[in-house]
Amino acid sequence: MAKPSSRLRAVVLGLGYAFLYIPIFVLMVLSFNDSAMMTTWTGFSLRWYHELFSDRALLQAARLSLIIAAFTATAAVIVGTWAGYVLARMGRFRGFALFVGLASAPLVIPEVVLGISLLLMFVELSDLLGWEGSNGAFTIWVGHVILSMAYVSVIIQSRVRDLDRSLEEAALDLGASPVKVFFQIVLPLIAPALVAAWLLAFTLSLDDVVIASFLTGPGYTTLPLEVFSRVRLGLKPEINALATIFMLLVAAFVVIANRIQNRKG
Amino acid sequence: MKPTFLRKPLSWRRILTIAPPFAWLVLFLLLPFLLVLKISFADLQFGIPPYTALAEFQDYTLSVVLNLRGYALLFSDSLYVATYLHSVKMAAVTTVCCMLIGYPMAYYIARSEPSVRNLLLIGVILPFWTSLLLRVYAWIGILRNDGLLNNLLMGLGLIDQPLEIYRTDLAVYIGLIYAYLPFFILPLYANLVKLDVRLLEAAYDLGARPWRAFVSVVLPLSMPGVIAGAMLVFIPSVGEFVIPEMLGGADTLMIGRVMWTEFFNNSDWPMAAAVTCVMVLLLLMPLVLFQYGQVRQLGMRGGRGNG
Repeated sequence: MAKPSSRLRAVVLGLGYAFLYIPIFVLMVLSFNDSAMMTTWTGFSLRWYHELFSDRALLQAARLSLIIAAFTATAAVIVGTWAGYVLARMGRFRGFALFVGLASAPLVIPEVVLGISLLLMFVELSDLLGWEGSNGAFTIWVGHVILSMAYVSVIIQSRVRDLDRSLEEAALDLGASPVKVFFQIVLPLIAPALVAAWLLAFTLSLDDVVIASFLTGPGYTTLPLEVFSRVRLGLKPEINALATIFMLLVAAFVVIANRIQNRKG
Repeated sequence: MKPTFLRKPLSWRRILTIAPPFAWLVLFLLLPFLLVLKISFADLQFGIPPYTALAEFQDYTLSVVLNLRGYALLFSDSLYVATYLHSVKMAAVTTVCCMLIGYPMAYYIARSEPSVRNLLLIGVILPFWTSLLLRVYAWIGILRNDGLLNNLLMGLGLIDQPLEIYRTDLAVYIGLIYAYLPFFILPLYANLVKLDVRLLEAAYDLGARPWRAFVSVVLPLSMPGVIAGAMLVFIPSVGEFVIPEMLGGADTLMIGRVMWTEFFNNSDWPMAAAVTCVMVLLLLMPLVLFQYGQVRQLGMRGGRGNG
């Protein structure tokens, strides 16, 4: 067995992971720094965490973001699973290339493009239908579902394709309807992937600044919008504390999602 | 041989299965793109919406007015041209750097013991899941003139004056590479992990040196992964807004930023739409290639699956 050189391997991986993780650790350490200047260490303190939890604007934004993220993840899993299943199991059909393109476009299309195009659509729609009450949370939700369903459909598609098709065929031969086959055979088998996809859609929604900037309305400031407006001009200590909490939560998320997926084998 | 339910499709069932997600994508993705195209040909006007209608029907005459102001400005004003070129350059440099850093990482992760491999993979996936905004923000504290990096270098006596990195193009490069590295590693890893090690062993048995074996066996076989990863880095980088806005200087020209300014600061929606259309056109080339590759890959995998 040809083994790669172990010293080179350690150097490459060591530097690579250092690059990925040093900024995160720096932020975490700084969040416990007493100084408001932040780059000089003056002592350990939980001051910024205290300020974070008494910051009404941030807390309200966080609440709105969590609600939108939960609704986004749920809708994206439904539509994305459907699209992923079609991609994996329906074979070729007219417009297949267009379908593949549209389903995966949000993975690469710059977010500014998604943002402006959806905004223009909502503007035209309200112009056309005379629909006045365009609710900021609703429009952000639509944008986030479009963005995250692409990720969901990629995950589900590869999962469904890995399934043993003979199970589905056997059920069909025994007289089960395709709908029943999907809900009773396919869905339980891809359940771990569904959980992972839901969590990914949730975090994507929780992180988005650009699409939300275009689609928000007065009174609908999501957490990333609030954070972005504060950090655009530099460091803000309460954001360090927020970032630390966020990173730890996501790390827990990912570890749990990974456990669930691996249990499946 | 195709399975029974695919060979003899009940057409209404297929239509009912395919149509809803298809309709959703057309309504919320394709249609909005077409609207951007439409509004890029409109003129600015005061009111709601802040642009003119293209077509008017009056006295049995349908008049369509295509306003080319935006496009004319785009191609005559050297600032826009320079911005497009600079965005493409920054995205290209970012992609090459991600390849140079990401390829060895993906390769060594793929060739690790399965138990270690899973842990290393989580290490790449984790930043991919955490907030991009917050991770880019973290670099401010490192790159500032009084930041960690400068303090460290000055403390070591390597430099006397702080390096000016924050608010320059260099900071944007660092941010872009940092943010998009996992997007390169993950698809490449997925490709490399499937590589048949026996091919490599055969090359060694035939007397190939490690480097030679790598260049003539591993590298060609991993090209689909490299291309997929490069697309996932290059295309979104061109239109990136958050990273140049947070780490770049006022003179860091990137197309996402220019479009943002036209839209939010100048409220010139037709101009912003024209900027977007040219950007999409620019990105469509690699995107079409990417899609073509994906369809081909699907076809190949489908063929193998059906035995």
